[in-house]
This record gives sequence, C-alpha cells and structure tokens, in this order.
Amino acid sequence: MSVATAAPTGNQASARRGLNTWDSPWLNFKFLLGLSMIAIILLMAGAGPLGLYDTTRARVASAPLNLPPAWTNIDNPFFGEPDPEYPLGTDSDGRDLTAVLLVGAPRSLHIGLIAAGAGMLIGVVLGFSAGFIGGWWDAFVRTISDSIITIPALAVLIVISAFVKNLDVVILALLLAAFAWPGPTRLLRAQVLSMRERGYVQMARLSGANTFSILFREMLPNMLPYLAASLTGNVSGAILAATGLEALGLGPTRIPTMGMTIYHAMYVSALFRGMWWWWGMPIVALVIVFTGLFLMTVGLDEIANPRLRGIREQ
Amino acid sequence: MSELTLGYFLRRLGMWLLTIWIGATLIFTIPRLAPGDPITAMVERMIQQAGYIENSADLIEAWRARFGLDGPWHVQYRNYLLSMVRVDLGYSLANFPARVTDIIGRSLPWTLGMVSIATILSFCAGNLIGALMAWRRVPAAIRNILPVSLTFTSIPFFMFGILLISFLAFKWKIFPAFGNYGRGVEPGWNLDFILSVLHHGLLPVLSIVVTSMGFWALGMRGMMVTTDGEDYMILANAKGLRSRRIFWFYGIRNSMLPQVTALALNLGAVAGGSLLVELIFGYPGLGYFLYQAIISADYTVIQGIVFMLIVGVATAVLILDLLYPMIDPRITYSKGQA
Repeated sequence: MSVATAAPTGNQASARRGLNTWDSPWLNFKFLLGLSMIAIILLMAGAGPLGLYDTTRARVASAPLNLPPAWTNIDNPFFGEPDPEYPLGTDSDGRDLTAVLLVGAPRSLHIGLIAAGAGMLIGVVLGFSAGFIGGWWDAFVRTISDSIITIPALAVLIVISAFVKNLDVVILALLLAAFAWPGPTRLLRAQVLSMRERGYVQMARLSGANTFSILFREMLPNMLPYLAASLTGNVSGAILAATGLEALGLGPTRIPTMGMTIYHAMYVSALFRGMWWWWGMPIVALVIVFTGLFLMTVGLDEIANPRLRGIREQ
Repeated sequence: MSELTLGYFLRRLGMWLLTIWIGATLIFTIPRLAPGDPITAMVERMIQQAGYIENSADLIEAWRARFGLDGPWHVQYRNYLLSMVRVDLGYSLANFPARVTDIIGRSLPWTLGMVSIATILSFCAGNLIGALMAWRRVPAAIRNILPVSLTFTSIPFFMFGILLISFLAFKWKIFPAFGNYGRGVEPGWNLDFILSVLHHGLLPVLSIVVTSMGFWALGMRGMMVTTDGEDYMILANAKGLRSRRIFWFYGIRNSMLPQVTALALNLGAVAGGSLLVELIFGYPGLGYFLYQAIISADYTVIQGIVFMLIVGVATAVLILDLLYPMIDPRITYSKGQA
C-alpha cells in the first residue's frame, strides 16, 4: 500500500530531501529531460526565419553534391572535401543536410502533435460520454474503439496515400488522428468509471454540481498526468506512422521531412555507398524525438502513479 | 479455471468480423473520397510514358468494368464485400495473370514466421526484464544494469534495422543484409536450409525485439510494483515460500494478465512496423511485396495485402481473446468485460 513497503530506499531518499516546494512530482527528471529534448527540436524551426541558417538550401541542387560532414576527414574520390559551410554534409541531390534537419525535424513533430491532439480531443469526448452515460452508448464506443485499435494504422494509410497522391501535411495528420483516438478513449472511459464513485465526485454531486462541471472541473484535473502520458505516447505513435509512410516514399513530398530523407537515402543505396551521414542524420534526429517523447511518457507515468517512483534507481 | 462459454466465443467472433468489416470499409471508402481513380491515374502514367494512347477513354471504361470500379457505389461496395468474403482478391494490375492471393500465399508464411517469433521473443524477454526491475530481491547491481537493455525502446523498428545492417552486415559482414535464405541453398527440411533461414532471419527479428521489448518491460514493471503491494504477497512471504516461487507464481502470474491484453491491443502496431523491417531487409514477406506493389502502382495487390494484414492481426487478437479465460481464472464472462 504505502511507498514505505514498496521501496525503503526511495523513502529514505525523500526523507533526506525533506518536503519543500521543490518536491513537486512534476519535477520528474525523466519528464524534464524528455521535455527539453523535444523543446530543442521544436526550437530548431526558428533557425530559418531568424536568419541563423540558410534553410533554403534544403532544396534540391542548392549545395555541392556528396559532401561528408565537416568534422570528418574522409578521403574518397567519390565524395567532395568536407566543408565547414555545410556542417552535416550534403546528399547526392545537392541538399544541405543541416538545412534539411532544421526544416524537417520540427515538421515531423508538428504532424505528431496535430494528429495526437485531434485524437485526444475525440478521445476526451467519447471516453467521458461513454463512462458517464453508460448503457448502449458505452457498449457502442467500447466495441468500435476495441476493433479500430487492432487495425494496423500504417497499413491503411499506405492504401490511402497510394491512391491519393500529394498528401497535404494537415490531411495526413488528420488521417493519423483517425487512428489515434481509441487509446485515449479507452483510458478515459476506465478512469471515469473508477472515479465516478470516489468521495470527491460524490461530494460534488451532493453539492449540486451538474454533470458537465463534475466531468471537467472535478475529474479532468485529476486525470491530467494520465492524459499527458497518453498524449505523448500518441504523438510518438503518429510520428512513427508518418515517418514510416515517408520512408516508403508515400508522405507529403513538398517539404523535406526526416522520413523522406531516409527514403531518398535508401532509394539511391546510400547505405551501400558508405554515405552514413545521409541516413544517419534523420535517424539521430528521430531517435532524439522518440526518446524524448518516451522519457516524457515514462516520467508522466511516474507522476500519475506514485508507486512507480518508489523503486527509482538509487 | 473458467471454461469457454458459447456466448463469450460468439461475442469475440463478432468483434473479429466487425474489425475486418471496418478495415475493409476503410480501404474501400477513403480512396474513393479522393478526386480521381486508380485506373485513370494508371492510364495517365501510361500516356506519360508512351506519349499518346488512342482511345484512352475507352481503355479507362473497359478497365473500370474489369476491376469492378463502374456502377453506383453501393453496388461496388456489395461486390467488393462479397469478393472479400470469398477471399477473391482479384488479379495483380502490374503483373496481370498473377492472382493477388498467390502473391500473398507465397509471402505470408515468411511474415507470419518472422513477426510471430519476434513478437513472442520480445514479449517474453521484455516482461522478464520488467519483472526483475521491480523485484526487490534482485541484487541492486543487476537491477541497475537492466534498464540499459531498454536503450533502444521507442525507436522505429526499421531504423534500428538500418543500424544493424550498416554495422553487422556491411561493416563487419557477420550477417547477410538481404533475403530470407542464401543463394544455392535447396529449400526443404534440411539442415543447410534451416540454418540459412535462421542466419537471414536473425537481424530482422533482432531489430523488432530490441526496439519493442522495453515497452513490455515498462508495463510489467508497473504491474509488478502494484502486485508487490498486495496482501497475498505478504502472506506468501509470511508462509515462508521460496522467493523464486513467489516471483513466478504470485508476482508474474498476477501481473501477466494486463500484459496479455496490451499484447492484443498492440499487435496492429507491431504488424505495421514489421512491414518496414521487411522492406529494409529485403525480406520477401508481405511488407516487401507491398512495397513492390506501391512502386508499380499495383492497387489490387496493395488492397489485398493490407486486407490480409488486417485479417491476420484480427485473427491473432481473436486467438489471444479465446486463450484469455484459460489464463485468467478469476474472470467469468457472463457479462462482457474486456
């Protein structure tokens, strides 16, 4: 039951620190580390508009071909001389990979945020109504979300984008959202069911609060960490699907994205030609995005469930 | 142990049908909401290549009729559903005489084998790691090393696959980079073939296992921490049961059930991710042929493979659902509770 039985070490540590204003569960190391990784990626979007870097070089044929990154000294007649002008090197089509990174990495995050946000909105409405109204509506929502959740989103998206050429970024994000709502719906429904009979909800009901205010002013704040964990998980899932689609050459083609860079690299067998910086850059960028979101999810889980904090490594 | 009631079985079968129906409807509807249709697009591409095609309008009409794309949408929809029920997925557009079912029949065993082995391995390894991470009787040194195995969690399968290929296949040449078995190996039940299949399959399996096991480990860790606080664990300790017995038969046994539910819920995502793994490794499963179909704009094959994938995942979930009452003795399925 108590944290003390679960983990004596964790308890000692918190006793040593004592309870003060810095003891808020939101100051979770994993959560903050993940958050700052995501923030760095998002801030990269400012480099172009602020004039810190010439991001127009993300276009084809705007840079010398096949330059290795500036810090290397690769002596290969097929590649150019490393040039400090192009820190991360260039690809075989004359794109400056630094510019591609600065433009593309934040874009991948945007797609994920729009998709997961829209999915979360649907999830809040359906999950709350299912949990609170119950009856046939609950059965209906549960059945549909249980069956949609098992359909591989990536596969259906492949069909769609194979038929519909030149997917818009926003359309892609909304299509991803069509598969992102069952998770939050299930979670919220379960939470509403378990909270419905809690003391503070009973109290609010007794004091004459209406359903709407019980849902949004009493229950919702208590679910915030769960919601946030589910949201970051969904952002990650949406980026995963979008990147997969792009890596197949099926994503939006007008703006450079990380998945598209992988697609270009695979397409001309950069792997085989030893141009590791070409496929390495998008992978490193996406690993930072996914790891950041993952750390945020884990951190938020610990914020929501104090027991998980108990066995923290000491 | 509660037995499998007929009502439960029928309800799960209904879910299976519903999932497949929703999937089939999505594949049918969404492409039709978009402007243009595949046949026109294909003929346009032919025109681009050939310069000019006489009677292209007639050609489009004839092909539309051939592939069931004419007539009002409800007739198309009915015919489409009927052909799905008959598992008649039509002919490949790009390799015309080839039937879609034949292409799927050739590639499905490889996907099924690779993905199911990878999923089972990652599920078992991940759950064990997670359980040990939460188990206080495990030496702290080991408990602190275990999270290292989760480093690659949450990275897409196929990206880890690219890393594996570039190091283990191209740089150090320990494993082959492409294919399902070596050239010159006679397929059949001989040792050479089996070894070659294992040698080729190891990297794809590894790229799925390493990147997905952390998900199971974290879930299991959370469940184990909760289970550890239960009264029956204290009782088991007080009875003087051996630590190993408590771990397996009290801890893991009780933490396992939500994990099995999570497995059923995540199979779709695993199947989707494995498509790209097959592509990266040139592994001739569904994902590989799906990519070939995308390149050649072979719409019937794309639709057929995705449909089979939906059916496959739904069936795996159905099997898990039917096994569930057997591993969970507490739940009786008199009232539907998933």
